[in-house]
Amino acid sequence: MTGLEQLLGRAEELYRDLRFTAVSEWKKRNGGLAIGFMPVYVPRELLHAMGVLPVGVMGAGDDLEIIRGDAYYQSYICHLPRSTIELGLNGALDSLDGMLFPATCDVIRNLSGMWKMQFPEKYSHYLDVPQDFDANVGGQFYRRELEEIAEELHRRGARKLEPAALRKSIAAYNENRALVEGLYSLRIEEPWRVPTHELYLLLRAGNVLPVEEHTVMLRDYRAAVLADEDRRSMDQARVLLAGSFCEQPPLGLLRTLERAGCYIVDDDFVQVHRWITGDVRADGADPLADLVLAYLKQGIASPIRYIDEQVKGQALVERVERSGAEGVIFCAPSFCDPALLDQPMAVAAIERAGIPWTSFKYAENTGQFQVIREQAGTFADSIKLWSE
Amino acid sequence: MSKQATPGNVATAALKDQSQERQKAMIAEHFRKLAEAPERGEKCVYTFVPGNLTELIDSFGLLPVLPEINALQSGMRGKSRDYIGLAEKLGHSEDVCTYVKCDIGMLKSGNVGPTGERLPNPDLLLLSYTGCFTFLKWFELLGQEYNAPVAMLHVPYQGDGVVTDSMRTYVVDQLKKKVIPALERISGRAYDEEALKERLARSAKAEEDLVWVLESAKRRPSPIDAYFGGVYYIGPIFTAFRGTQDAVLYYRELRAEIEGRIALGKGPVTPDGEIENERYRLVVEGPPNWTSFRKFWQMFAEEGAVVVASTYTKVGGVYDNGFRHDPNRPLETLADYCMGCYTNLNLPTRVQMLERYVREYSADGFLINSVKSCNSFSAGQLMILREVERRTGRPGGFIESDLVDPRYFSASNIKNRLESYFQMIEQKRAGGA
Ligand code: SF4
Ligand code: SF4
Repeated sequence: MTGLEQLLGRAEELYRDLRFTAVSEWKKRNGGLAIGFMPVYVPRELLHAMGVLPVGVMGAGDDLEIIRGDAYYQSYICHLPRSTIELGLNGALDSLDGMLFPATCDVIRNLSGMWKMQFPEKYSHYLDVPQDFDANVGGQFYRRELEEIAEELHRRGARKLEPAALRKSIAAYNENRALVEGLYSLRIEEPWRVPTHELYLLLRAGNVLPVEEHTVMLRDYRAAVLADEDRRSMDQARVLLAGSFCEQPPLGLLRTLERAGCYIVDDDFVQVHRWITGDVRADGADPLADLVLAYLKQGIASPIRYIDEQVKGQALVERVERSGAEGVIFCAPSFCDPALLDQPMAVAAIERAGIPWTSFKYAENTGQFQVIREQAGTFADSIKLWSE
Repeated sequence: MSKQATPGNVATAALKDQSQERQKAMIAEHFRKLAEAPERGEKCVYTFVPGNLTELIDSFGLLPVLPEINALQSGMRGKSRDYIGLAEKLGHSEDVCTYVKCDIGMLKSGNVGPTGERLPNPDLLLLSYTGCFTFLKWFELLGQEYNAPVAMLHVPYQGDGVVTDSMRTYVVDQLKKKVIPALERISGRAYDEEALKERLARSAKAEEDLVWVLESAKRRPSPIDAYFGGVYYIGPIFTAFRGTQDAVLYYRELRAEIEGRIALGKGPVTPDGEIENERYRLVVEGPPNWTSFRKFWQMFAEEGAVVVASTYTKVGGVYDNGFRHDPNRPLETLADYCMGCYTNLNLPTRVQMLERYVREYSADGFLINSVKSCNSFSAGQLMILREVERRTGRPGGFIESDLVDPRYFSASNIKNRLESYFQMIEQKRAGGA
């Protein structure tokens, strides 16, 4: 087995391990707290600086039979919360000392209350991120939110939040983010070198590994694919995938799209890695203020973030241009309010820019890809015809 | 009053209370003002029911338009099917809130409001973002359609079941730095705190009487239906009239009418007459269905089922926990009001509230009407059901429908479920529980 195969094998093993063994092992080794977080964004730097392992929880994909979760959710609610509840009930999340529920949508918001009732002994907090981006208004509120979380975690046994440690953590995540971004750029330049189903597994590994270990993994992967002479360009259509920022598509869906003739050159997967663009200032006197400021000023455009003065859909058009995508696939989870309410506005912008698009929906446990394969194949073919 | 026996527990009665007439006149007058607004150079502000800032808007002489109310009215008037169909044709997903699609469909069909008059375009979209993320998207959509400015008021959620000083400061800061300047710009008037205080004092008076009316349902028989009837009672205070003298008078009259009903030992009035035999006392969680509102109500009334408390009548403000608008803290009180609206409460608080209602209103059980449109309400309701059942020992029922999409209202299905639910209550009674 080559080093690359081993690395990808490890990433897939972490992805498929719904018992979060890596987290229990980390706890055994380090003795710190582990705090889960739901999509889309939480400031992992803050947890890290307190010796806490941030653990991304993104439902259970297509690997878990839902036995009790369905009794918690009506059929017209997305799949992610039911598999998350299932994981909680079947003990898979026992290694977590708490959960953070960021202000993503009403479903995750309400899940925060369900968690409080279902798991009263665990820390469970709704992280209300501001939709006002003025440093003196939304910034002040967000800072107090973060301070409260830090105080509560400290009460529960985490290290006290110290500026020096936070600066170090910011630097560690800056390095990690830059490597993720580097792989996204490499995929834009040479998509055959960085197949999306591989990149995706690496992003998922970052949900459970400590950042330092994940950084090594990203670096090793990059070196390995650059050295791999067998990876060759094929005649595929370049597409940008939009809408999969929370409930994640099953791995099989990504493979299907690639086999159907698409190079995915940009996407919204596991967005916590890319929510902040560029570096967070790591040498400031008040690193918490720098973390807050990064949220306010360096966050990406997203359906879950108020658009404020910007033009709706413009950021997506720019991403298409930057990534050299020839078309957009809107690929959102069924019943996902933020993605689906946003879509008509994004479509309008994409159409104004003359960019071809198609759309379909999925659930994290979708098992049949035939229809999607045909649709994506036809879309890829039409793009190729278009560009000839 | 003419009376005629009908099967079941309802006697027909042609009842037109004074308060009802007043409310009708208030609404007609408001829509007339809106229709004439462009001509008269009056400005209007689109905003939402939960967390509305009616007193503030009114203090600037601006007219509020509430798209949710237009949507529910379209549902009641049988227009929503076409509006939703049109929005879906235009690319809006079948999976999302039908209020939004109904509103977009209405807009695309000429923006004719519930009284048949054209609604003015917004001069400002006041996005006070309380209890539901869909509002945010809704005004982003309308912002594009109308090319109108948006003023955002992000209201923090009571995730831990409390309002902290930090949350209040955040809302007040936004009011001072964002919302008030936007209202000043649109109206051309300066912020007048005295004018706001006067309106807040009137709100508190009306709220006092509203709470009295809602709590009258603790009696046996209940003189009101606090869900189907309740949606009429909350009309003025949830919409354009909170803080007006009209609203004060409406609630005073309504209270006097209910006092009269109590004195006569009467039950609630339904569209088909009075309920003469109160057989089941229920607490209801979730919004009603509007497309078959009357049919839905009949299903309860015919069985002698009276809703004695509901959470839906708290979406535009929870007042029965003691909250009143306080003119002495004008902006803080608006902040507290916004943060206190029902869907801004976390699930444990919602469960506590339902549990309290079941006990305090001596309910035989509680029922959830889960609407497909609304994740804000619906996500978590199955857990609420189990939890309230466990805590109160009273049977819980669960039905599903939608707000304004008639495709999701299956009368036979709901009727069947209700019938079995009432049987369940009977069995429980027979068992002596
Ligand atoms: S998939 Fe969409 S609706 Fe579901 S929890 Fe995530 S953001 Fe919310
Ligand atoms: S989702 Fe619910 S609360 Fe939100 S706008 Fe729709 S009906 Fe109203």
